[in-house]
Amino acid sequence: MMSVPIEHGFVLVALLWAIGLVGLLSRKNTLFMLMSMEIMLNAGALAFILAGSLWQQADGQVIYILILSIAAAEVGLGLALLIRLRQHIGDLNIDKLDEMKG
Amino acid sequence: MHDLLFLVPLFPLVSSIVLLLLAGRLSPMLVALLGVGSMGLAAILTLLIGIEFMDMGGESFQQVLFNWLPIAGASLNFGLHLDQLSLVMMGVITGVGWMIHWYAAAYMFGDKDVQRFFVYMNLFVFAMLMLVLGDSLVLLYLGWEGVGLCSFLLIGFWQHKADNVVAAKKAFIVTRVGDTAMMIGLLILFSEFGSLHINTIVESTVQVSQSNLWLACILLVGGAVGKSAQLPLQTWLPDAMAGPTPVSALIHAATMVTAGVYLIARMHPLFLQVEGILNIVAWIGALTLVLAGIAALAQSDIKRILAYSTMSQIGYMFLGLGALAFDAAIFHLMTHAFFKALLFLTAGSIILKMHHQQDIFKMGGLFRSLPLTSTFLLIGLLALVAFPGSSGFFSKEAILAATYEAHTAGPTLWWIGVLGAFLTSLYSFRLLFIVCFGPANHDLKEADYKPSSQFVVPLLPLVTLAVIGGFISLDFSLVFGPAHHPHLPLWIEWMPVAVALVGFILAWVLYFPRRSMQPSDGVISRFCRDGLGFDWLYERLFSKPLQLFARINKSDVIDHFYHFVGWFNFSLNEILVISQNGKLRWYLFGTLAGCALMLGGLLWWR
Repeated sequence: MMSVPIEHGFVLVALLWAIGLVGLLSRKNTLFMLMSMEIMLNAGALAFILAGSLWQQADGQVIYILILSIAAAEVGLGLALLIRLRQHIGDLNIDKLDEMKG
Repeated sequence: MHDLLFLVPLFPLVSSIVLLLLAGRLSPMLVALLGVGSMGLAAILTLLIGIEFMDMGGESFQQVLFNWLPIAGASLNFGLHLDQLSLVMMGVITGVGWMIHWYAAAYMFGDKDVQRFFVYMNLFVFAMLMLVLGDSLVLLYLGWEGVGLCSFLLIGFWQHKADNVVAAKKAFIVTRVGDTAMMIGLLILFSEFGSLHINTIVESTVQVSQSNLWLACILLVGGAVGKSAQLPLQTWLPDAMAGPTPVSALIHAATMVTAGVYLIARMHPLFLQVEGILNIVAWIGALTLVLAGIAALAQSDIKRILAYSTMSQIGYMFLGLGALAFDAAIFHLMTHAFFKALLFLTAGSIILKMHHQQDIFKMGGLFRSLPLTSTFLLIGLLALVAFPGSSGFFSKEAILAATYEAHTAGPTLWWIGVLGAFLTSLYSFRLLFIVCFGPANHDLKEADYKPSSQFVVPLLPLVTLAVIGGFISLDFSLVFGPAHHPHLPLWIEWMPVAVALVGFILAWVLYFPRRSMQPSDGVISRFCRDGLGFDWLYERLFSKPLQLFARINKSDVIDHFYHFVGWFNFSLNEILVISQNGKLRWYLFGTLAGCALMLGGLLWWR
């Protein structure tokens, strides 16, 4: 079986994380920000998988499961917040939530 | 009997405390009884102790009451010291003080604050007794400050009048200048001798540098000058007359103002070791006695005349101290206490009869309307001008004779003293003539003149002592060494009497009221009336610059620094508040940028 070099895997991690970050910073829509965060989380999870296979340790996969369940919980909470946000201000523009400024 | 010495200061103290604690619960009669009675007990006890003291030959006596300030290496006892000097002082304080308290009970009767008055008066007597009986300079200083405080409280006793309060503050602040000098002097003495016990210092054989000793002595003189209203700290005494008249008699004539004389006499072995210091003392006394005599000539307030006269007589005492005639100075202190207390109390009687009129030009003709009081005034004034045979004659003669001979004084100072005698006679007879003779310048009816025995009885012992007090022979041989009787040509001994006679004749010519008298109002008399411009000078020299400084510094320069700190923090806050804009993605960016910076820094500095 042809194995993928480990460096390529990490480049993919970095790319995914950067895409997520740029999405997080550039998007105003809270739904898209949530999705960007999922991408960043998955980049982190992929990094753990890669590290686990590099050192031949099962811990990486354990952490992957953990991150996955945390992401699921987070999405649940995030979507609930989104519904509240929609009811509160009418749309999902995050910049409208700037009442707590100094 | 000696063991009861501590009771003498204790009586007035206890009475003062009792009166203070029971404020407003005692009848005026009981207040007077307590205030005067405690003084009477102290005076009688002093007499008994004095008799036993004489019987035992005048050996000094120490009574250590308790360990007061246990300091490592220099434990300080609360002890009393009785010798010939402190016995005389104690006698004057309790004896004359008793008479003045008695008189004051009548004088202050009906005043709603009579209880407070006696609290202060008794406390004053306690402090004054501590001053003269204390065996260490610390105890002396305790009394010294105590009398200053009581003086302040009593000058401003009628505090609802703003003038009185100003006078009280002035007296306190001016004497404070001297007190501070004295405090520094005491500290120098402590560092040199390692003790403040008077006998230890006086009998010390430790070699002390002359310059330090000179400094300590001149600072002690500074304290004495402040308390005794001598040049240049004399300005407070005339204003101190704002207090009730018995206060002026007790504090500002008989006792407290002579504390400076006592201090120098008590520390005289120290002064003898220092070259030239007693010359300064003599010159201070001589200048003061002439200046005060001139100022007294222009006053129209009877109490201010007496105040300047007191200043002048204390000038004689300083002259005596400077001329090594310590015994004569203390002798004059005693006779002065007798006749000046008498003068103040008769002045008080006159003022009371005149319904608090103190201007001598509004009196006149009192010999007809107040014969007894005027006679007392005459006797007091005769003692003041040293009429041959009266008490003041002997003491002033002794001082002047010693001045002529002493190597620290000499004929120049003697002539100044004689000039002072002339001035004394001039202002005394001016006072007498204007007050007691001529047409009456007041509109009081005969019914107002009813004399009260309470005003007369306390004066009788003082009158007697003012007349014959000069025959009391004081023995100071164990304190000041054997008495020294100078033999001088006859004209020197009679010169002061002759100039006093000239003063009398001149006063007759100038001031005997043939018509209604008016105070002169020329430039010179105004200058003299204001105490020869010292108040003016001090105001320009000290008050005005300080006020100017206060005005410049009204917004407090130091505060500017703290204002800057506050301003800086507020500005910083305003700048940083911009970054807290409520935009979530800005915060995110900030967090990430911070993380990137830290990570980058970590990699860079590795």
